[in-house]
Amino acid sequence: MKAIAAIILSAMLTDNFVLSKFMGICPFLGVSKKLDSASGMGIAVTFVMICATAVTYPIHHFVLVPNGLAYLDTVVFILVIALFVQLVETALKKLVPPLYKSLGVYLPLITTNCAVLGVTVLNIDNNYTFVQSIVNALFAGLGFLLVLVIFSGIRKKMEYADIPETFKGVPATLIAASIVSVSFMGFSGLFS
Amino acid sequence: MENNKTPLVKEITKGIIKENPTLVMLLGMCPTLAVTTQAANGIGMGLATTFVLLGSNIVVSALRKVIPDKVRIPAFIVIIASFVTLIGFLLEGFVPALYESLGIYLTLITVNCIIFGRAEMFASKNGVIASACDAIGMGIGFTLALFLMGSIREIIGAGQWFGMNIPVLHENPMLIFIMPAGGFFTLGIIIAMVNKIANRKPPREIKCNGCENCAMSGKCEKMEVTAE
Repeated sequence: MKAIAAIILSAMLTDNFVLSKFMGICPFLGVSKKLDSASGMGIAVTFVMICATAVTYPIHHFVLVPNGLAYLDTVVFILVIALFVQLVETALKKLVPPLYKSLGVYLPLITTNCAVLGVTVLNIDNNYTFVQSIVNALFAGLGFLLVLVIFSGIRKKMEYADIPETFKGVPATLIAASIVSVSFMGFSGLFS
Repeated sequence: MENNKTPLVKEITKGIIKENPTLVMLLGMCPTLAVTTQAANGIGMGLATTFVLLGSNIVVSALRKVIPDKVRIPAFIVIIASFVTLIGFLLEGFVPALYESLGIYLTLITVNCIIFGRAEMFASKNGVIASACDAIGMGIGFTLALFLMGSIREIIGAGQWFGMNIPVLHENPMLIFIMPAGGFFTLGIIIAMVNKIANRKPPREIKCNGCENCAMSGKCEKMEVTAE
């Protein structure tokens, strides 16, 4: 139980994927402009992360390792992720068209979101059990969602701010990310 | 355009400054921020990415007429992932120290948007030689950007450069620069400087082939219109 609690806190706060592991920077810079697209992207990523972990974990432990094919991890994992993204896209298109409309363009981007591949590989590297892997994926996704939502608020305020011309856009966002990252460093004393 | 050497030289040089993948086109931010705590790591990552980029660009461009349009994305991904596995083995065997320090980010080259972006935007439309030149140029540009980031962060954050101590800074290192926060800050400042020097807004410069499957979607202005 203690191990699970540690995974939750570390995945979401202390080792936040965006702010301390630098994974998923591209969607973070691209999609954090508005609250609804930020939260939509965060939820979609969380969902894909959980599904991808649930599938890649058994594939790694029951198919690849017994056959001595563990080196195929990267190729297999990325294909599984691409497959899931396609699946989510098709499912949303049929079942929840309004959500698909607002998310549609971001969905293909999840395939190349390093946070998703990152979480599946990290689960294997850290020798997590199946339950730990799923928990890690869930809270890593929620951590991603949290940062995106926080940032959509910050960027909304930034639009009204008088920023020097050179810093407008990406540079200002990166510097704001740096400040938020400093504040997330405060969580690192939370447990030890 | 396709007569003699000049276009090929142009393919190489455009990646270094004018279309620098990291600083101007803003692709591949994750490794740029993650591994640049030391200049040497930055160069290692840059060269590893260049290798993968060169390999994938050559193969994608050689197979561009064979791969059906509908399955091109999974096909590209498999090609890229294979080269990443290859470089992983090479580094593990010959440069274990670098392999250790790059860690998971080596695997994550697979999802580096630069490689996918070049496969989609360039290699799938151009010949093998032009694609190879493009890959070399983009790779050098990426390596230079990483080297710059790594040098700044290592010199200010640790007071060292390639392991050499820098006189005053070594006694008073600003640790924040080798922490994640410093990475964001340094990159923000560098991009602002590039903006200032180029005196234009980079995202407007990018040529667009439609937003679907575009590696740049999410960053370009046209995206907003489609999303609404």
